Amino acid sequence: MILQRLLARLLTMLITLFGVAVVVFVVIRVAPGDPIAMMLPPGASDDDILRLRTLYGLDKTLVEQFFIWLGGVARGDFGTSISLRQDVLSLVLNRLPATLELAIFALLMALAIGVPLAVLGARERGTAVEAGIDVANGAALSIPDFLWGLVLILLFGVLVPVFEISGRVSPRLELPFATQFYLFESIFRLRFDLMKDLLSHMFMPALALALPLAAIVSQLLKQSLKEILDLDYAVLARVKGFSETQVILRDALKNAALPTLTLVGVQFTFLIGGTVIVERLFSYEGLGNMAIDAVINRDLPLIQGIVLVFALLFVLVNLAVDITYALLNPRLRHG
Amino acid sequence: MSAAPCLEISNLSATLPSGMRVLRSVSLKIAPGEVHALVGESGAGKSMIGKAVLGVLPTSVRIVEGDMLLEGTRLGALSPKARRALIGARTALIPQDPLTALNPSRRIGPQITDRLIRILGWSASKAESRIRRLLDEVQIREPGRVVGCYPHELSGGMRQRVLIAAAFAAEPRLIVADEPTTALDVTVQKQILRLIADLQREHGTAILFVTHDLGVVAKISQKVSVLYAGMVVEEADTTALFAAPQHPYTRALMAATPRYTDPYASLLPVDAAVLAGLAGEVAEADRAWRPVHA
Repeated sequence: MILQRLLARLLTMLITLFGVAVVVFVVIRVAPGDPIAMMLPPGASDDDILRLRTLYGLDKTLVEQFFIWLGGVARGDFGTSISLRQDVLSLVLNRLPATLELAIFALLMALAIGVPLAVLGARERGTAVEAGIDVANGAALSIPDFLWGLVLILLFGVLVPVFEISGRVSPRLELPFATQFYLFESIFRLRFDLMKDLLSHMFMPALALALPLAAIVSQLLKQSLKEILDLDYAVLARVKGFSETQVILRDALKNAALPTLTLVGVQFTFLIGGTVIVERLFSYEGLGNMAIDAVINRDLPLIQGIVLVFALLFVLVNLAVDITYALLNPRLRHG
Repeated sequence: MSAAPCLEISNLSATLPSGMRVLRSVSLKIAPGEVHALVGESGAGKSMIGKAVLGVLPTSVRIVEGDMLLEGTRLGALSPKARRALIGARTALIPQDPLTALNPSRRIGPQITDRLIRILGWSASKAESRIRRLLDEVQIREPGRVVGCYPHELSGGMRQRVLIAAAFAAEPRLIVADEPTTALDVTVQKQILRLIADLQREHGTAILFVTHDLGVVAKISQKVSVLYAGMVVEEADTTALFAAPQHPYTRALMAATPRYTDPYASLLPVDAAVLAGLAGEVAEADRAWRPVHA
């Protein structure tokens, strides 16, 4: 039963990824801009252009190109970047950890801000405190992440310069890392000096990404909590002698988390999408920053590789949400 | 010392934000070990009184006047924390709908023992043996299995038994039973009612029994207060009330009760003249009433 569901799930994941691959492949070839023209100096002969087109397989039909590329992907060969002249897969894998660290850190920040605000707002429901939280949520939500990025640069980079505004790590530092997961490794190796530097770089882009999500989490969770706090089992818990905070933490939070979790999953994929612009803004050397360069250079294989990795991330996040949902909800687990 | 009533409510008034009173100068006394029924139609404020005592009124309802004494302790004079502790130790609630009164994501066992362990400071083993015994008393056959279940794995009747066991677990002096049989099947209703009556006798617990069912009142209570629009229109010993109801509304309610012996008889609505009289009484009460501290 479980195995069947898992297999069905894997199949739909593959179909989704295939669909994404088709769309991206077609769209970037239909869109204006010629990668070959970008590579050659002005005044290159038609012969040169033709030779390069043949080299990159761009002289074949779209369908042929697609299946050649897909066959490569199936073997783990994502092609060679036109602009960087390196293997696409290793380029992407090199940058992916930076983006993952940023996105996860931003997600944790969003939860660290949103959940306590929701609990506070639910406990103080109907008071000025709740109204204040609503206003803050509205503000955080109505400003998009990249604009938050600019605001934060102005505040904590220029006016009160406490955080780094550019890059992922200070270039003067010696990095002893074996992988690209700098932050995880710095914690693992107890190199707190490096961790501090990494966090100082990551703080503002992560906060910019986290603020809109924090507002969504706090608003939705607060609403769910308020509904649950009117239910009989919350009333019963109060009669038992538990304080309002205890009722929220012991009885309401877990049940209120279910609807919030679904939304956080969806919103987290948006957050990953948001890294593209925010990474650019902070010159953070992640996948998103590379994606923009790839688009500017019409680097078709690289764009395809990056988009496919992003799509894979989205699919995996959704899978993780479903699994967590089943773990939290005993009715789903046994049913 | 035994003279002190278990619960004494005097002159209790509560209002909605609009200023309308939902409780109109309610007074009632419950002796230790006594079952006091509150009857009235929907919206008469029966449940409000129970909730006011337990301190779980909806946030929109505000108590504007009156006193509630639990075993001589004035509830309104306590700090929220002290009040919570007292309510948790001395009272319990048997809720109306067993389907929503248990947390769906927690197992049954901890939901019954949490008050004993977390609020009253019992050891886990003492709490568990007490719960085993009580689950036995409420005729749950496999207590060991039931405590490990999630609520959705039990029937409505089973859940209400669990909630009753939980209510009696800490030997409270007062239980508020808020229409505990309304949400149940008719056949299960009788069993549950018998169960509450039996446990009440054995444990000597006073019960504020909220119901709209006069049949239930006759079976379980020693005293009755009849409510209309948040106002006690008649208070009497149960036997006296059924023998000779004084207020026309009480008489009308009794006449309106459907008889199982003649299920096809048409239901009688409360007479228009009686309702007009009641409206007059409510208006009269409101004219005379000024909140002491508004």
